[in-house]
Amino acid sequence: MEVKKPVIKSIPYAEFKDNETLEKIVEELHEGGVNVVCGSLDQLINWGRSNSLWSLTFATSCCGIEFMAVGCARYDFARFGFEVTRNSPRQADLIMCAGTITHKMAPVMKRLYDEMAEPKYVIAVGGCAISGGPFKSSYHVVKGIEEIVPVDVFIPGCPPRPEAIMYGMMQLQRKVKVEKFLGGRNHKMTAEERRQAMEPIVVRNVPEDFDPKEGLKED
Amino acid sequence: MKLENIVLTNANFEQQMQELRTKKNFDYLVTIVGEDFGEEGLGCIYILENTATNERTSVKMIADKVGNDFVIPTVCTLWKDANLLEREVFDFLGIKFLGHPDMRRLYLRSDFAGYPLRKDFKAQEGYSMDDEPQDDYTNEYYIDKEGKLAVKKNRLFTDDDFVVNIGPQHPSTHGVLRLQTILDGETVKKIYPHFGYIHRGIEKMCESYTYPQTLALTDRLDYLSAMMNRHALVGVIEEAMGVELTDRIQYIRTIMDELQRIDSHLLYLGCCAQDLGALTAFLYSMRDREHVLNCMEETTGGRLIQNYYRIGGVQDDIDPNFVKNVKALCTYLKPMVKEYTDVFGDNVITHNRFENVGVLSKEDAISYGVTGASGRASNWHNDVRKNHPYAMYGKVEFDEITATTCDSMARYYNRVEEIRQSIRIIEQLIDNIPAGDFYVKQKAIIKVPEGQWYFSTEGSRGEIGVYLDSRGDKSPYRLKFRPMGLNHVAAMDEMCRGLKVADVITVGAALDFVIPDIDR
Repeated sequence: MEVKKPVIKSIPYAEFKDNETLEKIVEELHEGGVNVVCGSLDQLINWGRSNSLWSLTFATSCCGIEFMAVGCARYDFARFGFEVTRNSPRQADLIMCAGTITHKMAPVMKRLYDEMAEPKYVIAVGGCAISGGPFKSSYHVVKGIEEIVPVDVFIPGCPPRPEAIMYGMMQLQRKVKVEKFLGGRNHKMTAEERRQAMEPIVVRNVPEDFDPKEGLKED
Repeated sequence: MKLENIVLTNANFEQQMQELRTKKNFDYLVTIVGEDFGEEGLGCIYILENTATNERTSVKMIADKVGNDFVIPTVCTLWKDANLLEREVFDFLGIKFLGHPDMRRLYLRSDFAGYPLRKDFKAQEGYSMDDEPQDDYTNEYYIDKEGKLAVKKNRLFTDDDFVVNIGPQHPSTHGVLRLQTILDGETVKKIYPHFGYIHRGIEKMCESYTYPQTLALTDRLDYLSAMMNRHALVGVIEEAMGVELTDRIQYIRTIMDELQRIDSHLLYLGCCAQDLGALTAFLYSMRDREHVLNCMEETTGGRLIQNYYRIGGVQDDIDPNFVKNVKALCTYLKPMVKEYTDVFGDNVITHNRFENVGVLSKEDAISYGVTGASGRASNWHNDVRKNHPYAMYGKVEFDEITATTCDSMARYYNRVEEIRQSIRIIEQLIDNIPAGDFYVKQKAIIKVPEGQWYFSTEGSRGEIGVYLDSRGDKSPYRLKFRPMGLNHVAAMDEMCRGLKVADVITVGAALDFVIPDIDR
């Protein structure tokens, strides 16, 4: 059976930019063959997933205020299912990187991204997250978060208008709708990386005179 | 104001600074500007104010060279905010302050190589993705008997200390701030703030931009006082060039500044509630903030980043509907302000969480340089609009809101009252905007005469100042922004001793700082 084109209610398919990327994903799925049962379950699950993407509260600078404004009463992204923002990366589906990432913040952001459970997505909101933005000539700014994490959607603007942020969220929803969830999931890490992450951490440089029972009293 | 620096040398520095502090009562250290003066060497300019007479003065001190190091004696015993301000100068210029108990970098990573604001700094390619190395010890420098620079190690954490990192990613810290909190159970023993997670190097970038290009970055500093930031930068350039502005420009700027202040205070009221866990109050104030943004957006085109003022005036004339919309906004907002106190401010839970939390006495507030409504809650009359009037503030009537209880509740109520005062200022000005030019034409290439100037405006959170050192080129030689929030976070350590961990968030929320303003 065929994977259907992703539908967002009330906005015609032809009006979205960049339909080619999604059509390519769909073509690759069709080439592999889509099993009837898995295909229908995929559609059901993807419908559920795309309409309830919960993002991590991650806002470093000015775009964060526009992100908060999108969440508030006038623009309200809860209509799209982005109901709550989760504070812990373990519970979040998506990280909307709103704001500049500096060299000092880069390892922190990578750690947050690594802590998220798959399937996870990244949206780069604003010029700073896409390419460094107005701070491109600085000595302390990462020139686009694509250097650190793989990005799914880029939303340009400085800051992007709330309507633009919502358009970017809808693009992500469409991308989630065409993904294959069962029978070969879309993982961000390769099989090799996953195996490495599951290896136990072994400490090898323990000093000779280390006594683990030092200081503990006999019970 | 044009800075006429009192030049001090190593011989009389300590004694003169002591005299300025005690005998002449210059008790407010506005800022310390570290600068690479070129041939003279590295040095600092200290801008001081006497809070009783509002007289300002400035001191210039060139660092002594000891071997390969540059040293200046510390003043952190005289003014408490010098603690963090001197760390900032060390971070960017490498000047070591003798006798400072904690001489570490403030913004950049502890393993960062080089000092960015020196003129011979070469940026390294690439950056480390490893975690920043954390040390248990810090350095204190002094000159030993042979005249060489020696270092004493001070302990930051003892073995028994339980350290919790609040941040940098945390929903309640108004940006990316890391507070290393030493706890004893739930009680706070000490807080070490770590900045720099949003340090974008704006001051260094401005040194290679022309004057009109530097304006673009100011809105991104404290984006909730975008107009006031720009006003400070445009004000210092115009003062240095001697530009005469028309009355229409001054009226428009004052009205826009006050609209921005209302916008920022509304967000503050909402975020204060959100940080305490009352998420609904956030939606109330953001709803009204959208009305303010509508008024500004019609004229400037931007909701958050306005890009409205420029050197010599404003970008474009006000929209024909502006006057009508602003008057409708004022009529709408006046009863709404009462709603915020009904919903959140007068709530018994709010009072229990805010009263007597984060107490800062008046002397401490002045010593830490806590300006803005937070400092006024400690009964310090520090409103720049009253003390050093600019634009139309000298000619309108408004009250400076102060309180005597010095706690977070007073800071909250101050800002609610300030919204009312801002509406009052706008109503006095909105009907009388005089006709005239909205832009006084400047030359194509703007060059500022040689000299040093400092100009400050009252931002939503305190005094935003801009220091400009010009050598007559079309780019500034040194441009420094006085951050409003740095002093607030510096005072947090003392305010939070003995409080519970949850109160740290409360104190931070009520103080109202924005981290990109601190980090620049």
